[in-house]
Amino acid sequence: MTTIEIAALAAAGALLLAVGTALGRLSARRAEKNLDLGTPVERATFLTLHTASLAAPPLRAGLTEDTARKAARRLRSLLGTETLCLTDRTTVLAWDGPGAAHHQEKVMLKVAEMLDSGRSTCVHTACDDPSCPLRWAVIAPLTGEDGVLGALVAYGSRESAVLVRAATEVARWVSVQLELAELDRSRTRIVEAEIRALRAQISPHFIFNSLAAIASFVRTDPERARELLLEFADFTRYSFRRHGDFTQLADELRCIEQYLALAGARFGDRLGVTLQIAPEVLPVALPFLCLQPLVENAVKHGLEDSRENCRITLAAQDAGAEAIVTIEDDGVGMDPERLRRILAGQEPATAGIGLSNVDERLRQVYGDDYGIVVETAVGAGMKITVRIPKYRAGVHSSPRAES
Amino acid sequence: MNHAYAVAAVTVVVLVTLLIGALGLRISRTTSDFYVASRTVGPRLNAAAISGEYLSAASFLGIAGLVLLQGPEMLWYPVGYTAGYLVLLLLVAAPLRRSGAYTLSDFAEARLESPQVRRLASLFVVGIGWLYLLPQLQGAGLTLEILTGAPGWVGGLVVAVVVTGAVAAGGMRSITFVQAFQYWLKLTALLVPALFLAGAWFGDDAPRARFDAPATFREHTSVRFQETVRIELDRPLTLTATGTVDDRPYDNGSLTLDVGSHRIASGTTLGFPAGAEVPEQSDTRAAGAAIWSEPLADSREEHPLYATYGLILATFLGTMGLPHVAVRFYTSPNGTAARRTTLVVLALIGAFYLLPPVYGVLGRIYAPELALTGDADAAVLVLPERLIGGVGGDLLGALLAGGAFAAFLSTASGLTMSVAGVLTQDVLPARGVRHFRLATVLAMAVPLGLGAVTADVPVADAVGLAFAVSASSFCPLLVLGIWWRGLTPPGAAAGLVIGGGAALTAVMATRAGIPAAGWSHSLLAWPAVWSVPLGFLTMVLVSLATRSRIPPGTAATLARLHLPEELTTKPAGSTAPEAER
Repeated sequence: MTTIEIAALAAAGALLLAVGTALGRLSARRAEKNLDLGTPVERATFLTLHTASLAAPPLRAGLTEDTARKAARRLRSLLGTETLCLTDRTTVLAWDGPGAAHHQEKVMLKVAEMLDSGRSTCVHTACDDPSCPLRWAVIAPLTGEDGVLGALVAYGSRESAVLVRAATEVARWVSVQLELAELDRSRTRIVEAEIRALRAQISPHFIFNSLAAIASFVRTDPERARELLLEFADFTRYSFRRHGDFTQLADELRCIEQYLALAGARFGDRLGVTLQIAPEVLPVALPFLCLQPLVENAVKHGLEDSRENCRITLAAQDAGAEAIVTIEDDGVGMDPERLRRILAGQEPATAGIGLSNVDERLRQVYGDDYGIVVETAVGAGMKITVRIPKYRAGVHSSPRAES
Repeated sequence: MNHAYAVAAVTVVVLVTLLIGALGLRISRTTSDFYVASRTVGPRLNAAAISGEYLSAASFLGIAGLVLLQGPEMLWYPVGYTAGYLVLLLLVAAPLRRSGAYTLSDFAEARLESPQVRRLASLFVVGIGWLYLLPQLQGAGLTLEILTGAPGWVGGLVVAVVVTGAVAAGGMRSITFVQAFQYWLKLTALLVPALFLAGAWFGDDAPRARFDAPATFREHTSVRFQETVRIELDRPLTLTATGTVDDRPYDNGSLTLDVGSHRIASGTTLGFPAGAEVPEQSDTRAAGAAIWSEPLADSREEHPLYATYGLILATFLGTMGLPHVAVRFYTSPNGTAARRTTLVVLALIGAFYLLPPVYGVLGRIYAPELALTGDADAAVLVLPERLIGGVGGDLLGALLAGGAFAAFLSTASGLTMSVAGVLTQDVLPARGVRHFRLATVLAMAVPLGLGAVTADVPVADAVGLAFAVSASSFCPLLVLGIWWRGLTPPGAAAGLVIGGGAALTAVMATRAGIPAAGWSHSLLAWPAVWSVPLGFLTMVLVSLATRSRIPPGTAATLARLHLPEELTTKPAGSTAPEAER
């Protein structure tokens, strides 16, 4: 009985909410009407700016058939012409308005002429059909960073200086949007290149030190030297792999195991490792090579920068919809202020891939809530906590090739 | 029954659960044990964990009570609970794992690329989780009441506090070990006493249980009625009474009751002679007895075939949509392991469900008066005392009490974890560990509060409701999402709302008693028969109507769901950055 009452209460609440929203909308709209909307000239300006802002988003994705089609409609209403056409250097990308049948093939000849000069021209279409309204065409160049990318062609029924001027200005505005699009693209390319560089970036010191350590065992303990070489081979295969941006926690841990085996060969008994891994979180997908650099960092702080023994604790816990990984060392620690500057990119990191890169990649994939958390002070060791959501759209691990 | 033993057993179960939960992870390892530390959960351990989490109060106590009351046709319950995993194995297990989804709402997002559908699915996950938690808490209350005589709300509160505390404090970190332990504990707790009971039964010349005729008292039995009830007699019965019968006081006096209906006031003790038939209790609901073993018995008698099909559909198809079941599959390292896990689950659960009917049948022979007082669910708990008695009986009873509490704890903690997880991700605004704790409290407080408000909800109704809603909402989403390319976000949303919503409305209406009898009552009490096809049909039709909205990544997603992981390594790697952009 009471369940029904609760359900009824919930339904009533939902209804109230809906009514409230509708009323709010209505009153907001009414308030809008009473506002001072400016003089007719101002209103025309607003309208133009609004149309222009609507045309901008598709163009920001670059000049393709799809984006040109979306933008052409807005641009034609902006110019108020019969027909508007957008082309790249070789073909017509979008045609908005009548006359596509008999003008479309001719227009590229005119555009080709314009491409040579790179300046706006106004040409007669010499159309045979007397009823066709497309008498004059203004061809304006769309320029990008590397010269002319294409053309904007506006058709009018008569020769008009206003149309020429307007079409040229619109073409210039479109050019700015296209340049921004290029900027976006190159920014994405830089990020991708960074990640690719990060992936392949095993510290040269590490390679040198590992090989030196292995060499020291070749005579005294050939069997161990062989094992270490195999570990080294596995480690490099994982680090240099080309496919996939994501990996499973289990694979990343195996990579860390190999890294620690190699580091252990160099430091001997000085390095102690404690592991607390919850098996539930091993299948969690995470960005490739985002924990190994943290372990490398811990080894550096714990061993390279001090003379004493060091214990590294690696823990992975199950916490509902997230996995929490902590990497702790009892080494020399760090001044929090300096660390903050490094993470903010104001001071170059000294070793390896570094904390800031891991931090950046985690934020890029999971959002700003998921950066690394570092607890440290000079002489007090360092504890790094990474939270990884068990599921995030687009994050799929690709298992290790050999397994 | 000796309360001290039972309370001790329950305490031990709670403490061991918390201890394993907290310490399972603390087994530290050194570098040389790296391989051991990074070994994934094997199918057997995972299957035991899934089974441990799945076997709830309804399985441990409820089925025996049902068999005692209504006979072998109630075996459809254990059959349905088990066969749900067969459907899961065949259609869902491996693709669900390969999707990389942790919760069902994750799956909705991964498959349909739509945050809106994800949010809708989250609402259903939380709703089904709460519906399922409600009977667990009530069952705990009932058990503690039977064991110690504590008021009904105490048991629910104990379970709620223990589970919330453990989950919120991170004490369930090694939940796989905890749940696996709970399975073996539950199996042992049922198996060992069952062996002793069977031995005692053989020693007693193996009497047969009769289900076609009313049960009879084997010896002179005193029954004390806690609540006022009406009983129906088919033939005159002479018995002794202390208390009030038909508004007339008796003090250990002998009386003969005529054929017909008689009112027994609360606090009355009746002494039935040996060989007397157990009278039927009429209108248990009016008496206010909260028995879970009374699953709409009246409607069953009206249209038993329809009701049975309703039960079969709900349990067969509802299992895959239970939030705590789906979450455990994430622990499997890959799709093949998930499938293997499900196979082992089938074996483990199948083995477990052989035992409760034994208790039901023995209860029919040795404790028939439970049907009269409305405590049929206590059958499992009281049988050792009846058949064996003495310290041995007390010890076995304590073992069963511990097992029953393990059932509440494991199911409740699994449900709380998954509901809290979804609440943190999709409902509460900010993220962080503290919010997970807040969500845990919320996940438990709502069903606890609802349980306090709706004290007279029959427990089997609530379990059935959870299964029916799950079968009508998530079963279409999962099956069509995995096996049909044409599913669109609007189609999925419409199917969820119409299928799941219809099932929810139907059972709510039944509970409110709107259609008292007849076909309309049967239809609403067992909605799965029509609401599951409704959900499927809506999803298919709306998807066909909105064909342009098919998510662009459908082909890639389906390839990932169905191909073994090793084959999809390359495509997955090349599609991931695009999805990210």
